[in-house]
Amino acid sequence: MYKDVRTLCSTRQLLQKKEIKASDVVQKCLENIRKTEPGIKAMLCLREEEAMKQAREMDRQGPDQDRPLWGIPMTIKDVICTRDTPTTCGSRILENFVPGYDATLVQRLKQAGAIILGKTNMDEFAMGSSTENSALQTTSNPWDLSRVPGGSSGGSAASMAAAQALGSIGTDTGGSIRQPASFCGVVGMKPTYGRVSRYGLVAFGSSLDQAGPMTLSVQDSAAILNVISGHDPLDSTSSNAPVPDYLSALEKRKDLRGLRIGLPRQYWEEKMSPEVEAACKKALEAIRESGAETVPTDLPHTEHGVAAYYIIAMAEASSNLARFDGVRYGYRDQEALELMDMYRRTRSRALGEEVQRRIMIGTYVLSAGYYDAYFKKAAQIRRLIHQDFMLAFKECDLLCSPVVPFTAFSLGENVDDPLQMYLTDIFTTSLNLAGLPGISIPAGTGNETGLPVGIQFMGPAFGEELLLQAANILEQSLPALPFPAALNQ
Amino acid sequence: MNIDKEYVSRIAALARLETSWEQAEKFAGQFRDIIGYMDTLNRVDTSGVEPFYSPSENISVLREDEIRKTSERSEILANAPHHDGEYFIVPRII
Repeated sequence: MYKDVRTLCSTRQLLQKKEIKASDVVQKCLENIRKTEPGIKAMLCLREEEAMKQAREMDRQGPDQDRPLWGIPMTIKDVICTRDTPTTCGSRILENFVPGYDATLVQRLKQAGAIILGKTNMDEFAMGSSTENSALQTTSNPWDLSRVPGGSSGGSAASMAAAQALGSIGTDTGGSIRQPASFCGVVGMKPTYGRVSRYGLVAFGSSLDQAGPMTLSVQDSAAILNVISGHDPLDSTSSNAPVPDYLSALEKRKDLRGLRIGLPRQYWEEKMSPEVEAACKKALEAIRESGAETVPTDLPHTEHGVAAYYIIAMAEASSNLARFDGVRYGYRDQEALELMDMYRRTRSRALGEEVQRRIMIGTYVLSAGYYDAYFKKAAQIRRLIHQDFMLAFKECDLLCSPVVPFTAFSLGENVDDPLQMYLTDIFTTSLNLAGLPGISIPAGTGNETGLPVGIQFMGPAFGEELLLQAANILEQSLPALPFPAALNQ
Repeated sequence: MNIDKEYVSRIAALARLETSWEQAEKFAGQFRDIIGYMDTLNRVDTSGVEPFYSPSENISVLREDEIRKTSERSEILANAPHHDGEYFIVPRII
């Protein structure tokens, strides 16, 4: 959290007490957008007029205690459907797609009084770790405009770091919330699979995808999670597990005493940059000073997480993206004379290279003769990875590790080597395979690059309460980050 | 498996994609790297391990088969590249 920047929760109090108006809050965000957007290009669509109109109307009616996000401007990753507002998934194929419905989570945010300010940039169909795979624009890291914001929720992360909104929603299939949060110095939470409805979230890897909050503070993430969590009859994988009040849970824990925090050896002993190691180890000291016991633990199948993840994610993607065929929505090639030719020309022209690469490898691993060797094998490894976590949580309450082995890399650095790009997801993909929740918070800045370094807590299924409590306490015991220097120029 | 550009073109056809020779050449090299990396999973003995396909415990969620109106036809057709107000129009099939 930055010093002197208003958070969602602090703004909410002022709004409810009528000390500020919703239109002032929206105006302030729009000012920040005007100032920072030429540098970072985080937004794909800005609802400037609609948001102001809505805020003024809300001001006329006055604050509503029953709407926990009343008057709060938020941005949404462009993979999540918003009624009457374009939803491109960062792809040419959906450049003109305007959904006729809201995703369940968007509907819940609106009902809670949030004002949707705009949609954020992303790697095309959430496939990438740098947001460079967006077909529409390149987003820069607010801390250094020559570097990537991370991905695939890079637009949301950069937008939050520049205080363009008071909260954002990202999605995390293999680290796509936590990794950009780490690169941009914000909080990013991936809830348990099934905690937040996926209805209206354009599917990439259906057994891995999960939407979650990206914010300036842990408290803000709790406030958003309160609203978006819960069962949805429109998503059969959404859970019936009761939704506790995550925000008031934060009040109930003042330190980390009595907690055993596991440090997976396979993560901490992995090659990482000295500055990431130094910042994360400093955060561990803070964890211990807050009363927790840190113990080494093992997740023995970690080294296979990335390979298993990419097989499963690409297989699911190849199947999910079959729907983009130029018939019901999106771009269609107009020159084809017959149907098959139309499919091929449409998809080849309007899908980006990384998306085509993943669809093809996904097709390969699912094809006759290779299914058992790749897809089934990866699903078996997934079982072993899940078992590793279950065993670790028998002796530990939470696990803690770095989020990425290094700070934000330069734009263009990894674009020609897809495998190298995939390997950057080493600390994040296993959690998605196991379907478990995790949260990345800023540990500090690297002593070499001055760029933010994130640290993550990982918890057992539906253990978001404890996860948020621990992250909240760690956040308070670490020094606040300065406002990103590149934005003050 | 030796993945060359002919093989890449065959996978592309299965996926309803088409690739130029240059792109197939480039993809062939990248696919060898990526699939070669995936092959490292063969080092793990998984005999007898039940595959894990979804973290969700909700298997076969059923509901009454009732008709519910969720969208207007016009709203759905509004996004179609070609329609006649009733149906999606596609190029010749046969």
